[in-house]
Amino acid sequence: MATTTTVSAPPAKLWGGGRSPFNVEYGKIMMWYFLMSDTFTFGAFLISYGTTRFATNGWPDPNKVFESFPGLGNGYPLLFVSLMTFILIISSVTMVLAVQAGHNMNKKAVVTNLILTIIGGLAFLSCQALEWTHLYHEGAWWGRNPFPNWNGTVSTTNFTNFFFTITGFHGFHVFSGVIINIVMLIMTLSGVFERRGHYLMIEKAGLYWHFVDLVLVFVFTCFYLV
Amino acid sequence: MEQHVSAVEYHEHHGGGTKEIKRVTIILTALTLIELALGYSMVYMSEASTSRHVIKGVILILMLAKAFYIVAYFMHLKQEIRNMIMTICIPLFLFVWFIIAFLYDGQSYNNNRNTYNPYYKVHSSQKAPELRPENEDNGQEKKKSME
Repeated sequence: MATTTTVSAPPAKLWGGGRSPFNVEYGKIMMWYFLMSDTFTFGAFLISYGTTRFATNGWPDPNKVFESFPGLGNGYPLLFVSLMTFILIISSVTMVLAVQAGHNMNKKAVVTNLILTIIGGLAFLSCQALEWTHLYHEGAWWGRNPFPNWNGTVSTTNFTNFFFTITGFHGFHVFSGVIINIVMLIMTLSGVFERRGHYLMIEKAGLYWHFVDLVLVFVFTCFYLV
Repeated sequence: MEQHVSAVEYHEHHGGGTKEIKRVTIILTALTLIELALGYSMVYMSEASTSRHVIKGVILILMLAKAFYIVAYFMHLKQEIRNMIMTICIPLFLFVWFIIAFLYDGQSYNNNRNTYNPYYKVHSSQKAPELRPENEDNGQEKKKSME
């Protein structure tokens, strides 16, 4: 890649000082460390969900709670959330392609893939909003749980509390990710990265977006499958 | 462009390219489809059956595999220096004890509640009203009596 002709001697040793011993720029390693902290936040949420479930005698069957599809009505367990999962995975793929296009300094491809990623993010948020609205109209909300347990007994409001809180936190992360991607798109279109000579900023935004996808993988499994 | 060197010089790895991205996408899609198939197969199983627990275990392992592929290939962690990989992966082992301890604690709390709290056992045996009666129109809003 770029040569180190501007320094008198190449800093070959990783731990010799004057360079990152991990060979990554500051912003990237800081984004990784932020993602670690966010991992523990979401991990704490999901583990507290698990603890509460283990501590409770009965729990609703997710296949009875989440069984609707917009336009098709009820009776389709797992279908809508599968669509949401695929939307976010595909948007992750387009983000990787955007980062790769950035490596090749291909501005056009970066723009195209960023736009696709943003559309994917907005589609996911719309789906999540539809899901929340549907559940709300069935009587679910923080503090209100109309769904019976799988064994027919009255269920705890912990179910809906956890669902809306965790998916809400995740949705907020998706939303902020979309905002970040829009800012990245504007910066790309303005030629900021062309002037800088590198698209490393896109890579950092990519890390955040993949994290968001990763959290969905865990949320999807914990709430809908397990 | 002199001042850009320090940032760009870090930026050496290109990884596997488009081919690798396609391969990982297919793997992730396949894992998701298997998870969904397993999840769907559980719909018709009774809640407390052993096979249900086994399938849940398999789904959890598939979920961890998906997480590995996303972090290693999409976030390019696999291409980083080993020490940096360890900075990320070693702290995650805290989750092993985190999960075991808290789930065990939850189970223990459940046992204690059922043993020592007579109201809890009675309370958690109350029958709930049916949510969506079969002959009801799907579009109608149903205000169920709350707990």
